[in-house]
Amino acid sequence: MVVNCQQVWKEISNYVEGEVDAGLRAAMDTHFSTCTRCKSVLDGTRNVIQLYGDERMIEVPTGFGRRLERRLAQGARSRKGTWSTWSAWLVPVAALALIAGGLRWADSLTVPHPLQSEHAQPGSNIPPDMVVVVSAGAKDFHVPGCDVIHNKEKIRTLTAKEAIREGYVPCVRCMRKYLQIASTSPVSSELVTELSSNVEAEDRARSR
Amino acid sequence: MAELNVVLSNPEQGTTREQELIAQVQRGQAELFYELVRPYERRVYAAALAILRNESDAEDAAQEAMLKALANIRQFRAEARFSTWLIQITVNEALMRRRRERTRMTEAIDDHRDDEGEYTPRDFADWREIPSEALERKEVRQKLAEALASLDRKYREVFVLRDMEQLNIQETAEALGISVASVKTRLLRARLMLRDLLAGGWEQGWFSRLPFEKGTKPW
Repeated sequence: MVVNCQQVWKEISNYVEGEVDAGLRAAMDTHFSTCTRCKSVLDGTRNVIQLYGDERMIEVPTGFGRRLERRLAQGARSRKGTWSTWSAWLVPVAALALIAGGLRWADSLTVPHPLQSEHAQPGSNIPPDMVVVVSAGAKDFHVPGCDVIHNKEKIRTLTAKEAIREGYVPCVRCMRKYLQIASTSPVSSELVTELSSNVEAEDRARSR
Repeated sequence: MAELNVVLSNPEQGTTREQELIAQVQRGQAELFYELVRPYERRVYAAALAILRNESDAEDAAQEAMLKALANIRQFRAEARFSTWLIQITVNEALMRRRRERTRMTEAIDDHRDDEGEYTPRDFADWREIPSEALERKEVRQKLAEALASLDRKYREVFVLRDMEQLNIQETAEALGISVASVKTRLLRARLMLRDLLAGGWEQGWFSRLPFEKGTKPW
């Protein structure tokens, strides 16, 4: 096998790596013995590898090691304090169990978490401190006295803000004002009561 | 360097202390982790720098990568070289940061540049041997660093991981997410380009052991 300069340049890196087969290696060796240009490329390639492979070529910024050590020490401390040992796992696991148990117990004392109706509307401009009532098992909150409150014997009084936070939605009857009319400003609870009384009166008249 | 070479060339030997440290850290003695990575901290930094090209970003990426290595130390398996594992984590961290910071456009332009064409050496200056003492001189290291920095990133990254970090071809390919064939092609180009960039300097006496007799050949 005979190789020319172009073939040698193409394979010179593999030659240096020892990754050419015996036939090609022999052909390249023969070429190097006669071609000074390719021999200089070979020597230069080896020198490049030798020079850059020297650890002195890697310079790190002053204080690099100290800063790395400090950051790792911080990381090690936080691992030690939380996840590094089996005993450390017990703390969060126990805490989670307590929280979960506590939540179930608290839940049993209050109204079951209401489900949102598919027709529910969030309402707009409902005064946050408006006094409203909710009843066990229902999804809506009402103005006190609304006659469509189900389960009236188990009502709870709270503010509109709290009711919304707990997932209740405005009653489509007594809170109609906040659903159908895009009110531009919050109204006082007195006015709401007055308005809802009007609504109720209208309803009663209609039913008669 | 000599000590490092022992670790690199004999992964099964000379690393008993390292294996002990790995086992201790895996059992929860995280405070020993710095002792474990200290022999490789320079290489970890160089790997990050090759990709990010900014000292402060490279340092931050190297630190973050070492914290990730600590967090995942239990996943390290003894059949792998610990140094390679650390460098691969660092390369991942640096590549992730670069992807985050670069625009898609820049990436696309870089990635479509052809690297399959044959490279023809330009300089045939005779460059038979170099005194290793040359590297003691800051200006020589500076010239070499400048030459490396002038390479396109795809060549520079492969060259740094293979020839400076001492990863093998397969490991280099895996770390960068490219094929073995690409690593070989880029490595050939990187080496020949660096040789071209430096061969002239050799003739001009950069590597001379006699700094006051520049221009004279040391042989």
